[in-house]
Amino acid sequence: MKNEYDIVVVGGGPAGSMAALKAAENGASVLMLEKDREIGVPVRCAEGLSDKGLQLVLGQVEPRWIAQKITKVQLVAPDNTVVDVMTGGQMGYILHRKLFDYDLAAMAGEAGADVVTRAYVYDVIREGDKVKGVKVDHLGRKTDISAKVVIGADGVESRLGRWAGMKTLTKMKDMDTCVQMTLADIDIDPGTIILFFGHQVAPGGYAWIFPKGEKKANVGLGVSGAYSGEVKPLAYLEKFVDEKFPKAKVLTLVAGGVPCVDTLDRIVADGVMLVGDAAHQVNPMTGGGILNGMIAGKIAGQVAAEAVRKNNVSEKKLRKYSSEWHKKEGRNNELSYRIQQVVNTFSDEDLNKIAHTVNDLPSEKRTIFQIFKTALLKHPKLILDIAKVIGSG
Amino acid sequence: MADRTIYIDNERCDFCGTCVAVCPADAIELKESTILINSEKCTLCLNCVNVCPLGVPEVRS
Repeated sequence: MKNEYDIVVVGGGPAGSMAALKAAENGASVLMLEKDREIGVPVRCAEGLSDKGLQLVLGQVEPRWIAQKITKVQLVAPDNTVVDVMTGGQMGYILHRKLFDYDLAAMAGEAGADVVTRAYVYDVIREGDKVKGVKVDHLGRKTDISAKVVIGADGVESRLGRWAGMKTLTKMKDMDTCVQMTLADIDIDPGTIILFFGHQVAPGGYAWIFPKGEKKANVGLGVSGAYSGEVKPLAYLEKFVDEKFPKAKVLTLVAGGVPCVDTLDRIVADGVMLVGDAAHQVNPMTGGGILNGMIAGKIAGQVAAEAVRKNNVSEKKLRKYSSEWHKKEGRNNELSYRIQQVVNTFSDEDLNKIAHTVNDLPSEKRTIFQIFKTALLKHPKLILDIAKVIGSG
Repeated sequence: MADRTIYIDNERCDFCGTCVAVCPADAIELKESTILINSEKCTLCLNCVNVCPLGVPEVRS
């Protein structure tokens, strides 16, 4: 670790690694700092993503990353009505995030980025109101590292943006709080992911079963911050697991928050960029964040390296990243956020009715699109919202 | 702030950082396996108490 770089990336998750990789590939000197002792650990994630998405973002899928191939999706309504979703042959994966994150960080390293763990960034270096680097606590030793651009990939708990004067606070109603167990010795269909809805299961969110092999799965749930209170997500999950898998063995238990909201208004400042959960780039409807973080990281790394090369790291110059993000995924997330806010207001009865209507359709028509259409009939105003977003494209 | 403070039991905490994200006062610091509340900055808004997936933060006097 030197004391000066073109670009410092704070955080070694998928968004940080992609930013470091792209910045290094584009000729910048890059340092990526991870506060934990190990890249990829702990895994605060259900680990699911689509094959198509991963191919598009990375152009490769290594077999060792894949814990399970997914071919079916089921939704379960509060009255236990099961909806088999037609996925149109689209395949997804449940990853081994630990191996996946390791390899992404290694790829950034092979492209020339320095990678350091146990390096906690506790503040930024300021000159006037400009950020000129980071202050790092590495194994108890405090060091200043100067940088032309600092990329905050520091996750849901990001403070980098705040230090740079950006408004990054997550509203309580937009924070989904999640708990997940990895269970062993359970009877499941390994190729099927199942999502459970209802106020008794996970108010404002859903519970999930994401298989990781024949007898193992990530089983978790998220509760919307709008419903946060006396009963904690852990209590909901313990009840869910007791009911579904009373004999399960628990291999891991992790907690975590997911900002289910559209992208922050401002994700760049002079010499600063935010990516991934730190920028609120999760898909607000699904809570999925791996691919979006990687997409944003790629753009940010490229734009940052170009800005360094042209010796202009002003907010105006770096805004190329935010506008590209907006075109690529940001606009979709705005729409998802609006839909999610409406879905959040549905009662258990509403959800049951939607499930029954969808199940009355011939099975080949039970697509995600049809499920939305059915939900839209209940809330015609949503159609206007969607038309507006599509119209602006 | 007053005579009440937020107490976090590091034995029960999972260090997920959800409380950090919703703290309007930027009063919570999360390292690898340590969480610290700056009681000078804390406004006792109780967001951390309400948001915690495991119910760890408590108000103590």
